[in-house]
Amino acid sequence: MTHWFQQIVSVSLFNLRGIPQRKGSALSAIVGIAGVVLVLTGVLAISEGFKKAMTANGSADVAVILRGGSDTEMNSGLTREETRVISDTPGISRTSKGALTSAELFVIINLPKRSTGTDANVPFRGVQENAFNVRGKIRMVAGRRFETGKNEIIAGAGAARAFGGLDLGNKIRLGPNVWEVVGIFAAEGGIADSELWTDASVLQPAYHRGDTFQSVYAKLDSAGAYPAFEKELLANPRLNVKVSRLDDFYADQSKMITRFITSIGVFIAAMMAVGALFAALNTMYGAVSARTREIATLRALGFSAVPVIFSVLAESMALALLGGGLGAGAAWLAFDGYQASTMNWQSFSQVTFAFAVTPALLVQAIVWAAVLGLIGGIFPAIRAARLPISAALRAS
Amino acid sequence: MSAEKRALVMIENVTRTFHRGAEDIHVLADLDLEIQEGEFLALMGPSGSGKSTLLNLIGGLDRPTGGRVIIGEHRIDRLNDRALAAWRARHVGFIFQFYNLLPVLTAEKNVELPLLLSPLSQAARRKHVQLALEVVGLSHRTRHYPRTLSGGEQQRVGIARAIVTDPTLLHCDEPTGDLDRKSGDEILSLLQALNQDYGKTIIMVTHDPHASARASRTVHLDKGRLSAEAPD
Repeated sequence: MTHWFQQIVSVSLFNLRGIPQRKGSALSAIVGIAGVVLVLTGVLAISEGFKKAMTANGSADVAVILRGGSDTEMNSGLTREETRVISDTPGISRTSKGALTSAELFVIINLPKRSTGTDANVPFRGVQENAFNVRGKIRMVAGRRFETGKNEIIAGAGAARAFGGLDLGNKIRLGPNVWEVVGIFAAEGGIADSELWTDASVLQPAYHRGDTFQSVYAKLDSAGAYPAFEKELLANPRLNVKVSRLDDFYADQSKMITRFITSIGVFIAAMMAVGALFAALNTMYGAVSARTREIATLRALGFSAVPVIFSVLAESMALALLGGGLGAGAAWLAFDGYQASTMNWQSFSQVTFAFAVTPALLVQAIVWAAVLGLIGGIFPAIRAARLPISAALRAS
Repeated sequence: MSAEKRALVMIENVTRTFHRGAEDIHVLADLDLEIQEGEFLALMGPSGSGKSTLLNLIGGLDRPTGGRVIIGEHRIDRLNDRALAAWRARHVGFIFQFYNLLPVLTAEKNVELPLLLSPLSQAARRKHVQLALEVVGLSHRTRHYPRTLSGGEQQRVGIARAIVTDPTLLHCDEPTGDLDRKSGDEILSLLQALNQDYGKTIIMVTHDPHASARASRTVHLDKGRLSAEAPD
């Protein structure tokens, strides 16, 4: 077995050492595969970043309660009385100040994008004092929190970066009122980063919402308390509500768009992969052709077909992995952390997010490259193994 | 040399037909030939006469369409690809017109190639390689790459590669065809020494009467048949 393995390693090394003699075609294969990996990783980084933004603020021990039959906050509605009943339900975490819940409402406003100047839908959320404690991942990065009863807003860091008028201390007109930006907060890159927050009791009259809300966010005693909490709410005859864990709620919201982006990305990358595959095939057929006499010599000396096949595959895999590594590295440098925004079709508002070139994505890209290398090498390898030795020995 | 030499190569009733489209090309027809152990045989003939085809059949690089090819104890026309490759590795040393050295390997690594197919240790392989390079007079050029060697030196490396496994027979396809007269003479002298001093059986295809004159026997082929034999 060692002897057999030694043959494969030796012949593969001879082949790899010959690559500099074929650098033109080798380079074209490397660049082709790097391009595929760059595009694939880039597009999937969008999807990954969006998914991350949508799920970063999710928690298994936070529940979101909407009106029964609602899929999103947009088409939900709860009276103050209903929000009180919800807050009294067992399973919710409590402090000396009462239940850790935040009844919220959600409106969409128009703000100009800093990048293009065109108007974009931006989520404007009215929250109660406990919103910060319920979510637990919100921290002020500039200024202060809004004061209850005042026309003050705080902006998520993503929103402040992407949309005009949200600089600290700025005053902007939203609807009939003028609002002052008193703080900027960060939500670990989650969806709240894209939102503006204010006091719910100020937002209600400003947008003629009476004394209604659209959702209640509730911090539970623990993640394990959720099933009983949900059962209790659904069994309560005074309520007609839909209950979700916050992480599931956000994951559901991100599904459609991440699927769409992933499909587009895979489609584009697949088209490019076909081109790169031909480049790899061409390179490897060229390499086999250039090595015809060399391969025939090895076969004449007694090397069997298997080491020859492995040697061609080793070359194509080496080129592919090199291309894949370059593409993945370039994607990481170019895209990771790149700030962008897109429409969340569930809430018809913009979500700001950062492209995320994750380690899993890099591994996936390298696997793609390896598959391209394998397919690009297998047919030339078979051809190499089938070369008629006596004729090939005299090849020029 | 022993006076009781035995037949090392027996070609019996061998035919070789190639197919090109619908056309059958009969390169060898009912050929019989015996080569004794320790012989230095030159195969001559015009282009297309079948001499290289015959050499390839003897070297296990090709199979006959009909007939038997027996080398020593082995009927090699019946061996499968894998067994034939193993047989070649053990019993045949190949010397080519254009040397066929691997350009990315030094002289000693080129010579070591056939030994990679043997179970020898690295130290034993190195020893064999040094010895083979000494025999061909190139022990001072072991670390040189083929591109830095002259044609004659490259062919010496090729010969060292052919003898490093101590094969039963040496298969030489126009070994001086790419060399000037002086280098060619040196190579022929080396082959003659391998035949006379080391008892190697050599089968050499050549166009060159000057080269065939060094052989102990010359066989002429014409249109796939033996036309004449010229003993030493």
